[in-house]
Amino acid sequence: MSVTTLPPLALAPRQPSWLVRLFDYKPFLIVMCLAPAVGLLAVFLTYPLGLGIWLAFTDTTIGRKGVFVGFENFQYLLTDSLWWNAVFYSVLYTGIATFGKFALGFWLALLLNNHFPFKSLLRAIILLPWIVPTVLSALAFWWIYDPQFSIISYLLVDVLHWRSSNIDFLGSPWPARFSLIAANIWRGIPFVAISLLAGLQTISPSLYEAAMLDGASAWQRFRYITFPMMMPILAIVMTFSIIFTFTDFQLVYAITRGGPGNSTHLLATLAFQRGIAGGELGEGAAIAVSMIPFLVFATLFSYFGLARRKWQQGESND
Amino acid sequence: MRNDITRRDALALGLSAAAVAATGAPANAQSAIKAADVPAPKLAIEKGATLRMLRPVRFVQADEDVFRANAAKFTKETGVEIKVDFVGWEDINQQTAVTANSGAGPDIIIGFSDAPHIYIDKLIELTDVADYVGKRYGGWLPLAQRYGKKNKSDAWIGLPFGATAGPLIYRKSILKSVGFDKVPEDHAGILDLCQKLQKAGKPAGFALGNAKGDGNGFASWALWSHNGSVLNEEGDVVINSKETIAALNWVKQLYPTFIAGTTSWNDVSNNRAYAAQEIALTANGVSLYFSLKNDPATKAIAEDSEHQLLPKGLAKISPMAGLTLNAMVFKHSQYPNAAKAFLQYMLEKDQYEPWLNANSGYWAQPLAAYAEASVWSQDPKVQLFKDTMKTTYYDGYAGPISTATGAVSADYVLIQMFASVATGAATPEAAAAEAEQRCKRYFRRQK
Repeated sequence: MSVTTLPPLALAPRQPSWLVRLFDYKPFLIVMCLAPAVGLLAVFLTYPLGLGIWLAFTDTTIGRKGVFVGFENFQYLLTDSLWWNAVFYSVLYTGIATFGKFALGFWLALLLNNHFPFKSLLRAIILLPWIVPTVLSALAFWWIYDPQFSIISYLLVDVLHWRSSNIDFLGSPWPARFSLIAANIWRGIPFVAISLLAGLQTISPSLYEAAMLDGASAWQRFRYITFPMMMPILAIVMTFSIIFTFTDFQLVYAITRGGPGNSTHLLATLAFQRGIAGGELGEGAAIAVSMIPFLVFATLFSYFGLARRKWQQGESND
Repeated sequence: MRNDITRRDALALGLSAAAVAATGAPANAQSAIKAADVPAPKLAIEKGATLRMLRPVRFVQADEDVFRANAAKFTKETGVEIKVDFVGWEDINQQTAVTANSGAGPDIIIGFSDAPHIYIDKLIELTDVADYVGKRYGGWLPLAQRYGKKNKSDAWIGLPFGATAGPLIYRKSILKSVGFDKVPEDHAGILDLCQKLQKAGKPAGFALGNAKGDGNGFASWALWSHNGSVLNEEGDVVINSKETIAALNWVKQLYPTFIAGTTSWNDVSNNRAYAAQEIALTANGVSLYFSLKNDPATKAIAEDSEHQLLPKGLAKISPMAGLTLNAMVFKHSQYPNAAKAFLQYMLEKDQYEPWLNANSGYWAQPLAAYAEASVWSQDPKVQLFKDTMKTTYYDGYAGPISTATGAVSADYVLIQMFASVATGAATPEAAAAEAEQRCKRYFRRQK
């Protein structure tokens, strides 16, 4: 048997096309991959934000093009007691509601992290307030707070006879402010609870086992394991929560429209009322832009105050 | 579009059917309305014209049925296809703004009261049609002239289709039980009545929350009935006046007699409180009366209810403005003649009278001759709404109408002024000063 072997083919090395070479060029590839994201950001984020900032420096109204007026809108706002009132209430609303949401949400997350029957079903139910459209829950609260037909008043007055008259939840400034904060807390708890629950489940059980062997109490396990391990996710969730709460619109607008006596206007509702309903687009944009420093401050505080602490990375605090 | 027409045709020639359903009278019954023999303007309808129109959503179903049937009839007679879209009352301003700013969209929009004055540069003049229907049907009523004409001019920029008002509605038996046959015309008398109603456990209630219709209606009335106003005739802001302070002091005395919670009321709150027999006196459109009358459970309340014009106080006539439907034709329309012809057609007796009757008094006519329409003689409790457009009061009274007049009511400036004093959050002087600052801000470009 003879074996013949073919002579090796003398293949000339093929030169890759210019397109292939272009895509092999790393800097070009990076630019191309980033371009869609950058384009989307430019169209859907930068343009609206830029337009909003531009409008804040004009006297544009609905139906009339404006001219550049510099800081005139902002100067006016500084003299406007209603803007100051909205700043005050926005900060108060965000502060108390965020604290409430975190206290109750963390507690709920710790409860949900235990083993119990129908755990998954219960976790799904907990999410309901977050899933229901805000306007629907706002309408429900509007009924709950109604001066004549409130279910709470009905229970206290007609069923339990603990009061002789209905509660006027929304008829005077402070009750109205706290009623809205309560509604916001109710709505925000699921987001906090479910997010923190996800964080809790990433903590290794071996840490708790080791601590228990060392004789650590429940509080000590929470203080020295749960809380530090949760700090990064707490920081992120708190940042988001502050942003969502500070820019809230639907709850307040659906329930009080800023009343009574403009006492419950948030900056977002005031911006809408002045800019859209009142037609002063420039002034409305200025109110919206005036939220940015507060949001930047809140974000930086969360980031540097909570997420970047050295002790989380094994070093001591500064 | 074709489907729309088919559906409209299927209304069994909707016009007659809907009119009968709504009013109990055939549309072609002998009319008492006199139409003068006046030559109509020559409007050469553009070949192949089609129109798109926006108008506020109907309050009573028959409003939409007859309106659509009239539009279908116009299509049948002229070949001009018309698409009519009904949009929510809160949305019509925004949609008008987008249409005006973008120069695209509907050819015709029926907006509210001052809308044509806001978009005046984007609209075509409607003077020829307005003059014609005015001469033909006994002349335009004062409120129609105020909102239809350009300021200090006889040029028409809008064609008012009707207005709705919010007079008092009260329980006759309850007022009688505290010694009153009707609501007094003077402020002291009203205060006395409200105090007695409160003692009787059936108080009054007027919206002092951010309620576009009822809240602004009450606040404007409280101001005007003290001879106060936002502007003077020259357009200067005069809200911070002794008349305003007097009005604020009066409301401060009146407010404790109201049912609790009126500072949080929106536009449906007084309806609900009245229907639930929690209050004996409020201000509302005819819709409240009809909803009570048409529900067997509340029919007795309707029978015990009566309407009354808002009390005069110090004013010479009842200071009550009407929310006006005001039609505009945009310059960007390719078919302006068709649009004008359509509006003219809808204001003619054969179309307008059945539509007016179908609304059961919810909209009152802008043209004097239509006061003879049968709707005004069917229920004595509705008669009072007939003269809604005879009023000389309007948003922005007593100054020229402008963009800012609507903005002041949209921003609830007057309501908040009264609410802050009523609740003790501000003194009358401070509240008036703050309202003045807001008004000056809105009116800074109008002079």
